[in-house]
Amino acid sequence: MEAGKQTHPELAGGFNADEQRVDWHDETLWWIRQKRDKAAHGIPEWELLRETASQIKNNVLSGLADYLENFEARALENGIKVHWAADAAAHNQIVYSILKEKEVTQLVKSKSMLTEECHLNTFLEEKGISVIDSDLGERIVQLAKEPPSHIVLPCIHKKKEEIGELFHEHLGTAAGESDPQVLTEAARQHLREVFLTSKAALTGVNFAIAETGEFVVCTNEGNADLGAHLADVHIASMGIEKIIPERAHLGVFLRLLTRSATGQPITTYSSHFKKPAPGQEIHLILVDNGRTEHMGREDFRASLKCIRCGACMNTCPVYRRSGGHSYHYTISGPIGAILAPNLDRKKYADLPFASTLCGSCSNVCPVKIDIHQQLYKWRQVIVQEGHADLAKKVSMKGMSLLLSSPNAYRIAGKSGRWLLRHAPFAMNNKFNPWYKQREMPSPPEQSFSEWYKKMKK
Amino acid sequence: MPDIPLSLRIGLFVPCYVDQFYPGAAIATYQLLTKLGMDVTYPENQTCCGQPMANSGFEHLTDGCNSLFIDQFSEFDYIVSPSGSCVLHVKEHLKDKKQPELATGIRKKVYELVEFLVDIIGVQKLDASFPHKVGLHQSCHGQRGLMLSQMSELAAPFYSKPLQLLKLVKGLELVELSREDECCGFGGTFCVAEEAVSVKMGKDRLKDHLSHGATFITGSDMSCLMHMEGILKRDGSEVRVLHIAEILNAE
Repeated sequence: MEAGKQTHPELAGGFNADEQRVDWHDETLWWIRQKRDKAAHGIPEWELLRETASQIKNNVLSGLADYLENFEARALENGIKVHWAADAAAHNQIVYSILKEKEVTQLVKSKSMLTEECHLNTFLEEKGISVIDSDLGERIVQLAKEPPSHIVLPCIHKKKEEIGELFHEHLGTAAGESDPQVLTEAARQHLREVFLTSKAALTGVNFAIAETGEFVVCTNEGNADLGAHLADVHIASMGIEKIIPERAHLGVFLRLLTRSATGQPITTYSSHFKKPAPGQEIHLILVDNGRTEHMGREDFRASLKCIRCGACMNTCPVYRRSGGHSYHYTISGPIGAILAPNLDRKKYADLPFASTLCGSCSNVCPVKIDIHQQLYKWRQVIVQEGHADLAKKVSMKGMSLLLSSPNAYRIAGKSGRWLLRHAPFAMNNKFNPWYKQREMPSPPEQSFSEWYKKMKK
Repeated sequence: MPDIPLSLRIGLFVPCYVDQFYPGAAIATYQLLTKLGMDVTYPENQTCCGQPMANSGFEHLTDGCNSLFIDQFSEFDYIVSPSGSCVLHVKEHLKDKKQPELATGIRKKVYELVEFLVDIIGVQKLDASFPHKVGLHQSCHGQRGLMLSQMSELAAPFYSKPLQLLKLVKGLELVELSREDECCGFGGTFCVAEEAVSVKMGKDRLKDHLSHGATFITGSDMSCLMHMEGILKRDGSEVRVLHIAEILNAE
């Protein structure tokens, strides 16, 4: 870990200082998990859909270069301008040059985790271009000057009263107003103005179809459409892994995506963009930013199958009780914890350990990413690369020696139990994190092996 | 009951912390298997399967545990253990460069107690009685790893091997839970490394059992139960934890 930066356990500890808030966060997300179960279990072929989606994505990853070239050729034929960005800096530069050429000073943006990953907003703001997030949740965290805490529900960590305060400060709603209907209407009026005056709009991409050169953006608020249709320039940013081979495959993914995400049968808007309208331009930026390198890691490449539904976050018992910001990475939760180490093992060395390896994430994943297995494997890589702290290394080495020797184990067990019985304060103190909120187990007189030996005599 | 040749030899694998802190769970396992006519041996030089190191990212330090495990257990026809988590670790990660075939052999013949009783012996009846209200904690590694019961995330038919056995116990009343298979937050070294979240998860799990009237909480992993017991005792609760073997062996 980097010096001075807080780790997941520290940030999670802070989140847990307010237990009622943890309960509220946990119950809100568990409710979404239950909605997901209801939607998923209502479809007899659900598990087959997951398997099919998984196989399609496996196929995509094994032939990605060809699919990307096909996609680019079709998109160019359709009149879309295609750009390639090797990393976040290149992506941001491309966006900036497009806006500069068109002399645009205000960009309206619908939901895009990729631009969060590239930190586009801060980059453009430094260049004097204002960016307005048009997704309601994104707009709320933007006003609060916070990163999203969830990829689908960016402001799920905020209570409606807190949103009311933000809107009072920034959008002029009445003080103390926290009625969701009123707040949403205020945001709608505010954003309508933005949509009408912005010359450029940026959207993310959920699926890009190699066969046709078109791309699909899924939103519940219709904000991608409003932005893209009203602006002269539509910029779409996508990670190179968002390709699917054929239009026919869309049915599989659209059925899985929102059922997994929120329990809805389908997103309210599934918008297809194929060619620019007369007088408009569509720019599509294909972003690598570490994905190619990631493809080369056999144990971890399956995480590129992710369709960003957030189901693993909603089901994760740790995420629900630690909050998205405790992961200190753009993408939080179990999927974030296996994606982040691809970019920086030292900075994100704590994330694969922020899990009990319960496996619920892998079970809800609509494209069957082996999330908890990857968490286990990342732990090995992180330790092998030297990112474990010294105390842990020493204790693990000691434990390994002790447990490799039956005699040492017997003596340590016996003396440990003796110590707990006769000098409990040696373990029951503030230096033992177990003891902080839990009693130690009562040490028995004899171990099982001692019982067995006597019984066999 | 299917005919199991009495010549079959079973090696009893007792996880290190069960040996030291919960001998009752291991004694019940031994007695239960013996009652069912099995020839059970406890190899006396066993220590630990190496899971605490491996799950912490130190799988490369488990060679000593691995070769000791192979040395202690390869002679048996079956290896049975009262722990889903440790069995899953052996099944998934036991390896030995010098004797790979012995390691593979063990990975195929190691069983958690409940799955051994249901899948291998096919237990249909038990002389057990436990007239109490019991909450069943589904430990994740046993459930999602060894598939001891259906998982709530999947759209698939219900089954539960531990439930099948608990139903054979006279007088036992099982309590319904709101979240039937949520993790308790033990998670090995997670329980101390992520103390705040771990304890909160444990408290929430207990609240579910307690609010539904459980006076005993059982399961097939003592580690989860140890974690929850620690919280119960701190709260001064009367509710007790018992390994499932102790209930199946209760007369």
